[in-house]
Amino acid sequence: MGLTHLDRLEAESIHIMREVVAEAERPVMLYSIGKDSAVMLHLAAKAFYPSSPPFPLLHVDTTWKFRAMYEMRERMARELGFELLVHLNPEALAAGINPFDHGSALHTDIWKTQGLKQALDKYGFDAAFGGARRDEEKSRAKERIFSFRSANHRWDPKNQRPELWRLYNAKKHKGESFRVFPLSNWTELDIWQYIYREKVPIVPLYFAAERPVVERGGALIMVDDERMRLAPGERPAMRKVRFRTLGCYPLTGAVESQAETLEAIIAEMLTSTTSERQGRVIDHDQAASMEKKKQEGYF
Amino acid sequence: MPTPDVHAYLEAQQRKSLLRFITCGSVDDGKSTLIGRLLYDSKLLFEDQLAALTAESKKNGTQDGDLDFALLLDGLAAEREQSITIDVAYRFFASDKRKFIVADTPGHEQYTRNMVTGASTADLAVILIDARKGVLTQTRRHSYLVSLMGIRQVVLAVNKMDLVGWSRETFDAIVADYRQFARKIELENVRAIPMSALHGDNVAMRSANAPWYAGPALMEELDAVEIDETRRARGPLRMPVQWVNRPNLDFRGFAGQIAGGRVRPGDKVRVTPSGKTSAIARIVTKDGDLAEAVAGQSVTLTLTDDVDCSRGDVIAAADDAPEAADQFEATVIWMAEDELLPGRSYWLKIGAKTAAAQVTDIKYKINVNTLEHLAGKTLDLNEIAVCNVSLDQPVAFDRYVQNPDTGGFILIDRMTNATVAAGLIHFALRRAQNVHWQAMDVTRESHAALKNQRPAVLWFTGLSGAGKSTIANLVEKKLNALGKHTALLDGDNVRHGLSRDLGFTDADRVENIRRVAEVAKLMADAGLIVLVSFISPFRAERQMARELVPPGEFFEVFVDTPLAEAERRDAKGLYKKARAGQLKHFTGVDSPYERPENAEIVVDTMRLDAAAAAELIVSRVLAQR
Repeated sequence: MGLTHLDRLEAESIHIMREVVAEAERPVMLYSIGKDSAVMLHLAAKAFYPSSPPFPLLHVDTTWKFRAMYEMRERMARELGFELLVHLNPEALAAGINPFDHGSALHTDIWKTQGLKQALDKYGFDAAFGGARRDEEKSRAKERIFSFRSANHRWDPKNQRPELWRLYNAKKHKGESFRVFPLSNWTELDIWQYIYREKVPIVPLYFAAERPVVERGGALIMVDDERMRLAPGERPAMRKVRFRTLGCYPLTGAVESQAETLEAIIAEMLTSTTSERQGRVIDHDQAASMEKKKQEGYF
Repeated sequence: MPTPDVHAYLEAQQRKSLLRFITCGSVDDGKSTLIGRLLYDSKLLFEDQLAALTAESKKNGTQDGDLDFALLLDGLAAEREQSITIDVAYRFFASDKRKFIVADTPGHEQYTRNMVTGASTADLAVILIDARKGVLTQTRRHSYLVSLMGIRQVVLAVNKMDLVGWSRETFDAIVADYRQFARKIELENVRAIPMSALHGDNVAMRSANAPWYAGPALMEELDAVEIDETRRARGPLRMPVQWVNRPNLDFRGFAGQIAGGRVRPGDKVRVTPSGKTSAIARIVTKDGDLAEAVAGQSVTLTLTDDVDCSRGDVIAAADDAPEAADQFEATVIWMAEDELLPGRSYWLKIGAKTAAAQVTDIKYKINVNTLEHLAGKTLDLNEIAVCNVSLDQPVAFDRYVQNPDTGGFILIDRMTNATVAAGLIHFALRRAQNVHWQAMDVTRESHAALKNQRPAVLWFTGLSGAGKSTIANLVEKKLNALGKHTALLDGDNVRHGLSRDLGFTDADRVENIRRVAEVAKLMADAGLIVLVSFISPFRAERQMARELVPPGEFFEVFVDTPLAEAERRDAKGLYKKARAGQLKHFTGVDSPYERPENAEIVVDTMRLDAAAAAELIVSRVLAQR
């Protein structure tokens, strides 16, 4: 019996992480607390066993994550023996940047994009692991595993290095850095299968439960704490929902679901493909599946 | 779907294997259509995508309003217009038996580089042919690269069969033509399939349109062929050590991904290149020790003895270890805009080992269209050549055809850090094994002590006419007067003897500097203070010269004269000739000069005259000892 596809994906990711640790001076793992991050952490614990992973975790926080995510963050760092660094963009904090007043684009840019650059510069990290996958969208299909960044964090698409066999060129000048994507070749389904096989702990929000939500622009927004501003006449209602992706809570929509277990989540994911197998493709509700496709990130 | 079924489904999913393949052909052959069709047939398209595709097909499609799968991959076309370099895009789909990763290499101009990159990780290649056109030059080129990169399984997809009326004669003629060529390039396992990617014939399922064809559909073939890792698992053990795992004094494990064979506790192993033997104590993983591990797995091994073993070494079967050599013959595929310069020092990475290396000799170039052998002194982007490669230390390797992970390497430019080439090792050069270092009884220290001085190399660099030779002469006189033993190597003089066979192309300049650097090193070994006066326009070669002598003994002396000033002086009348077009490759005129960034001594000739400059240099050199 040869290696299964999950075995080989796991081995490849571990190989990538070890190359980074061997060649970079100061690596760090970006931790977003989502399911891809959970898998990445799990792999890192395996890659360096019996040593603890020889790099810290960095969470570029926005203060607007779900409470359950913060709980998960603390627990995982503790259980897997990681040093946990949390960076909050001081300018965003001072200006009180939030998704309600400033909109999602600005909120994301200031807290996350600028915050990340600040954190990388502050600690002098020269290699940062990220959990992005090539199947997430068309344009990522050609992204390198070792993605080279100039001293001011710029990505120059013309200056990326060919990656042959398992040979990664991690040479760089002082100040330059890499983003490294050990999950490049994983698909959404691989992630869920691996979580299932390895019993990887994930944030409970991925499982369906009765939660207080309001409906906005077709999305179900969970009222996670008192900071959630309600529009006049808006009243939270209890609905059985779960999240397919996790971000800042006022920006992340839930979906109605009965899936309380991993098996049920995977079954739910497969329903649409199954229906295609049965040839009922075009009859389906288009808006619903568009959302599904995007959230599940098949393309 | 009820939960018990999911459980069974998940168990089945977990037994899937992984096959990587590459598709070769152009959009005209239906490559995008084929990939789109595979995604479609493996149910990886959702309703909304199909709806969008249907609308898009009506608007922009080339199929009279029918689904145009090529549009699915159109993100890439847009990027091409924005002139973003697209080399390899990876796509994913699955059957009930396997997960697939497809390397898709669009673009024509950089095809060799792209295809070689995509092929390096592929178990199989799908070569597309338009049934109306038959075997083309492009088909032969793709096939040669597939063969070169050691892909053992080929599917010849004879596409657009619907447009030739599913003619068996046409198919047979194309296949016969192709097989004749395939034999020549040693492609043995070729499966030819008549196909219509557009209509899905023989893609996921066998087609009724070709009753005369009894073979498998493409998907069946993809499900059935051997995965290369399985083949490699039958070979001898190879594990390049990536990282030494040392959590405490009681544990020393060697982490790596097994590149060949299998391993069990108790197995005798040899650490190469040192050749020390030991045995496997444990195969450590976080999920518990393993009784066995095979090619493809990432593991941590511990040994029964405390042998020396570090990153870049290879843990191998004791009775079948890889060779170690510092010179070998290899096929080199050049991937950079800057040409390959024989003699220039590059980083070579093989497995987990990085060493300094130079291409010492281009034996011949290969025309990928005709397979002709051509003479050549340098390599340009996308050119392929058989070369001799020389390293600064022995490394463990296998022949590429035996194991790509221990026989394939990349070359890295030492200045830009770009990956500039891929290499496939053929064999070690005999002279590497037969030419040994002769141990010297009289050491360089004793040579130097006898002369009561510390050896040094003073490397004068600068434009022609900057004043290098004048200043170097003065420095030598002063050192002589102080009782120091010196030698002066002058650019012009060396070209009358040691380098009289060389011209002024970049390649020849690099070789010229290499020779002079080696001579300077020998003279420094003999205890001399060596003065080298050479334009030496490239940083890479000055760096190479620097690394030949011990730290602290190399002084880069930058004689900094602005081009306009050097041209004004023009003592030898060379600038005039160069400007008149009578001298080609003249530094500063039509050949670049790369200014030193970290020279030990910088002489600004606009402020110092030659005597003062010499005084400065002598005092600096003598002060540091």
